[in-house]
Amino acid sequence: MNQDSSAVEGLGGVVEDLASDRQAFPVPWGKVMMWIFLLSDTFIFSCFLTGYMHVRISTTAQWPNPSEVFALTVGGAHIPLLLIAVMTMILITSSGTMAMAVNFGYQRDRRKTALLMLATAALGVSFVGMQAFEWTKLIGEGVRPWGNPMGAAQFGSAFFMITGFHGLHVSAGVIYLCVVAYRVWNGFYDRKGTYETVEVAGLYWHFVDLVWVFIFAFFYLW
Amino acid sequence: MQTNTTPASTSATAAGHQQHPVRVYLYIWALLFVLSAFSYMVDYFQLQGALRWTLIIVFMLLKAGFIVAIFMHMAWERLALKFAILVPPLCLLVLIGLMAIEGSHTFVTRLAAFVR
Repeated sequence: MNQDSSAVEGLGGVVEDLASDRQAFPVPWGKVMMWIFLLSDTFIFSCFLTGYMHVRISTTAQWPNPSEVFALTVGGAHIPLLLIAVMTMILITSSGTMAMAVNFGYQRDRRKTALLMLATAALGVSFVGMQAFEWTKLIGEGVRPWGNPMGAAQFGSAFFMITGFHGLHVSAGVIYLCVVAYRVWNGFYDRKGTYETVEVAGLYWHFVDLVWVFIFAFFYLW
Repeated sequence: MQTNTTPASTSATAAGHQQHPVRVYLYIWALLFVLSAFSYMVDYFQLQGALRWTLIIVFMLLKAGFIVAIFMHMAWERLALKFAILVPPLCLLVLIGLMAIEGSHTFVTRLAAFVR
């Protein structure tokens, strides 16, 4: 890999990186591949959210008020969107622990990296658990993909599709993190000589949090 | 911002990996909590209309920006990688624009056909 032209910054650097007859992106290939996968995932989630926007604009029925639908009654107090707020905070906490795991990975601190990754996975499991609780609650209230008692029939299909696909991403991420944490723990990356896999796993996990930021804004708050 | 990140980006790419001070992560972590609390407050206090939508979008974009730039290290990557990943999603704006127009059209035709 020719390192010379990576000294050039800015637009000139873009031309140097892409036009020279050499590796275009001077980062580990796993990172570039993960970014391209996440780019494709961005398009999938954007299509879901755009589809949701379209059915919400075009329906003549009243759209159920998410603030009411997702409210919880705790100790007699009626708090709007409580569970979703807790889920959001859990996902942000897990993003923070993941960022710290990546940091300790580059410091070659095996123990802290593995423990922080397992903490991230545990937070992910609790997120999916709360989502399962939320699904159960809504299904019990009669929400189905083809209709619901609160208003526009499209609410159910958009809800199950978007949160279900996101929950699937979180579940896959938990498995991914556990596998990488196990390999950190048994010294696989010390023998390999690099902890970049931890950063690549981190990219995936932060993306799951990123998607939730958009779902939270457009589906739950709008 | 640009002048601060330039030396870091050179060292990061030369070493092939990303290592930054812990306090940067802790600061952004705290900021994400505050921004999330603000977006929840928008709903809790039942702000409505243009104010609600503006605040939701602003907090959303700030959170997304910090996650991508700091947690996903995009701020320290070379410009060629930033362009390759961040420019293609812009074409989604065309899809969103078209679907908003189409959705409004469907809504009007449904009103004309069903609601008499």
